[in-house]
Amino acid sequence: METKNIMIVGVGGQGTLLASKLLGRLLLTKGFDVKVSEVHGMSQRGGSVVTYVRWGDRVCSPIIDKGQADCILSFELLEAARYTEYLKPGGRIIVNSQQINPMPVIAGAAVYPEKLVEKLSALNANVDAFDALSLAEEAGSSKAVNLVLMGRLAKHFDFTDEEWMDAIEQSVPPKFLEMNKKAFEAGKSA
Amino acid sequence: MKTLMLGNEAVARGLYEAGCSFVSSYPGTPSTEITECVAKYDEVYAEWAPNEKVALEAAFGASVRGKRSFCAMKHVGLNVAADPLFTISYTGVNAGLIIGVADDAGMHSSQNEQDSRHYARAAKIPMLEPSDSAEALAFAKLAYELSEQFDTAVLMKMCTRVSHSQSVVETGERVVPEQKKYEKDPAKYIMMPVNAKRRHPVVEERTKALTAWAETAEINRIEPGQEKSLGIITSSTCYQYVKEAFGDTYPVLKLGMIWPMPKQKIKDFAATVDKLVVVEELDGFIETHCRNLGLSVSGKELFTEIGELSQDVVKEKLGQAVQTGETLSEEIPARPPVMCAGCPHRSLFYVLKKLNLTVLGDIGCYTLGAVAPLNAIDTTICMGASVSGLHGFVKAGDEECAGKTVAVIGDSTFIHSGVTGLINIAYNESNSTVIILDNSITGMTGHQQNPTTGYNLKGDPCTKIDLESLCHAVGIKRVKVVDPYDMETCQTVIKEELAAKEPSVIISRRPCALLKYVKHPGPICSDPEKCKGCKACMNIGCPAISMVDGKAVIDETLCVGCGVCEQLCKFGALGAGK
Repeated sequence: METKNIMIVGVGGQGTLLASKLLGRLLLTKGFDVKVSEVHGMSQRGGSVVTYVRWGDRVCSPIIDKGQADCILSFELLEAARYTEYLKPGGRIIVNSQQINPMPVIAGAAVYPEKLVEKLSALNANVDAFDALSLAEEAGSSKAVNLVLMGRLAKHFDFTDEEWMDAIEQSVPPKFLEMNKKAFEAGKSA
Repeated sequence: MKTLMLGNEAVARGLYEAGCSFVSSYPGTPSTEITECVAKYDEVYAEWAPNEKVALEAAFGASVRGKRSFCAMKHVGLNVAADPLFTISYTGVNAGLIIGVADDAGMHSSQNEQDSRHYARAAKIPMLEPSDSAEALAFAKLAYELSEQFDTAVLMKMCTRVSHSQSVVETGERVVPEQKKYEKDPAKYIMMPVNAKRRHPVVEERTKALTAWAETAEINRIEPGQEKSLGIITSSTCYQYVKEAFGDTYPVLKLGMIWPMPKQKIKDFAATVDKLVVVEELDGFIETHCRNLGLSVSGKELFTEIGELSQDVVKEKLGQAVQTGETLSEEIPARPPVMCAGCPHRSLFYVLKKLNLTVLGDIGCYTLGAVAPLNAIDTTICMGASVSGLHGFVKAGDEECAGKTVAVIGDSTFIHSGVTGLINIAYNESNSTVIILDNSITGMTGHQQNPTTGYNLKGDPCTKIDLESLCHAVGIKRVKVVDPYDMETCQTVIKEELAAKEPSVIISRRPCALLKYVKHPGPICSDPEKCKGCKACMNIGCPAISMVDGKAVIDETLCVGCGVCEQLCKFGALGAGK
């Protein structure tokens, strides 16, 4: 099979790393060759973060180039807009419609663009924008946005619920397992 | 068992399986997780050292005593450890010794993008370079064999994309070789001129022997291709980009050992292809070697010395079309990293800015004090440079300069190499004011313990170095402690210490807001009725505060209730929550 590419983008601290780890684990159990590339350190301090997840028969490069992503899974609206040029023509954008102001906007040096969902939808892309933050809060914590988004992503995979649940169990602390499962279900059924 | 591992985790696994028993490192992105992961194995003794030089010397000591040992650092850390490195090359080892070094092309989290491969050639120490996690694990085991076979330390070179990418590995069992006997051997281990003169020829012979090994080594492998019009020599993550770009179209010579490099193997490979190209990140290291062999080769005329490469860069530079996706027509505001909400550094920098001081900065989260709206830092070079630089700055200036200039340095960075600068301040008597930003953790690299925290790498309680006593002991009489959340007191104390006619240290003490044990009072409330929209609270650059319709609004999911903005509001619009 042709290598599949998902870019997970968001704001440092939103839990993008856990999402990529969970997905990587699941894909490995399905027998794929998998590579997941992360960013640590300085970039995590509330900055824009990017994680690449790639799988197929044989995956060489750990990174995704422009025009190559089958899907951009974005934890924040502006971050989806930032990385559109990485999307394949006709690719999918799953985006949490939550807006987090970056420092230049907070400081008044820049403006958060308006109507981004509409603008994204005007691209040659399949856009699925929804309020993952509210669903996460309903499930028990704003920190569960990552599992809500995983649930949404799961709609586009033909993996069984057991397989997803196994991967979730391996990826989150037991203390927060139930809440995270709830968040996953909320994303999936929303 | 097949499992996904970060490259760093795979190095740790390889060390474990090879029977490594001693690890000493200093954290640094992207190398940190090697040591954190290896510390999880109970069989391996692992520690954070105060700096990379200490770490390497400790690992060397363990090797001489007879145990397989390891130390890890980032590329700039190898500069700190360069002194022992060059002479350990002469002594060789007893049990195997591996030095892990992780480069950061693209400077995701570094102050430069130096190419560590030059150290291997300069110090005449072999260097292995894995291209994914499976190789990281295998090369760690191979490195111990080479180390003991050739009586040399071995450098294991990682890079951000290998260190921080997960790929598939198969794990094995741990096999611990019998501990080697320590026997006194002055001719080998005492590097005074008479002995070192005898050891240098040994080093040169060893490089020859390693070059011969490189000629037939499996890790320097030729992968055949269908077209002979082009042959590619590559290594590390660039090998993966080449294979992603071209599959098995062109023959590839993949170098797993980057120093010393084979000669005949490269010449033979070159003879089988029409055109020879080297694909490597940063400097033209392999390319220079090829030119020294008299080969006609392309490298840096195609590929930049700056930043990272990728599969598309490789394709494009070798004449193939690449595609790109659509962009939105409007400007997307940048999202630079910022100090976290509740960060104890923020308020301290606000005071420094308010006092209009010249600030010599250092390496850590607090380097973010340099960016808007705080803009409170004048210089940042390397670990410890704030303190030593301040001494020179003040000596070169007048009395007024001394009263307007400070150094800022974190607790871990101060122990790493700030304390030697402070000794210089005391000894050579400059009227310097050093501020230690003590947040009780090594923050930037992701919360590592250090000698001032009272806990070791394994999480056990241990001796806690007392910063006040340390400063007193090196000859600083004026040592003050402040809480950075209390900006009024901070300002008073900083003014006093700047006015004093002798060196002083101010310890700005408050644990990192992200530490799990830190209890926060809960979000601040904003009162839109009282808010006049003056934006005074915006001057601290807190990500939890924004202006909505002319009024300050607090993001309750981010705000921890540090109360710094409350101190800035003259109208009482910001206050403790419910």
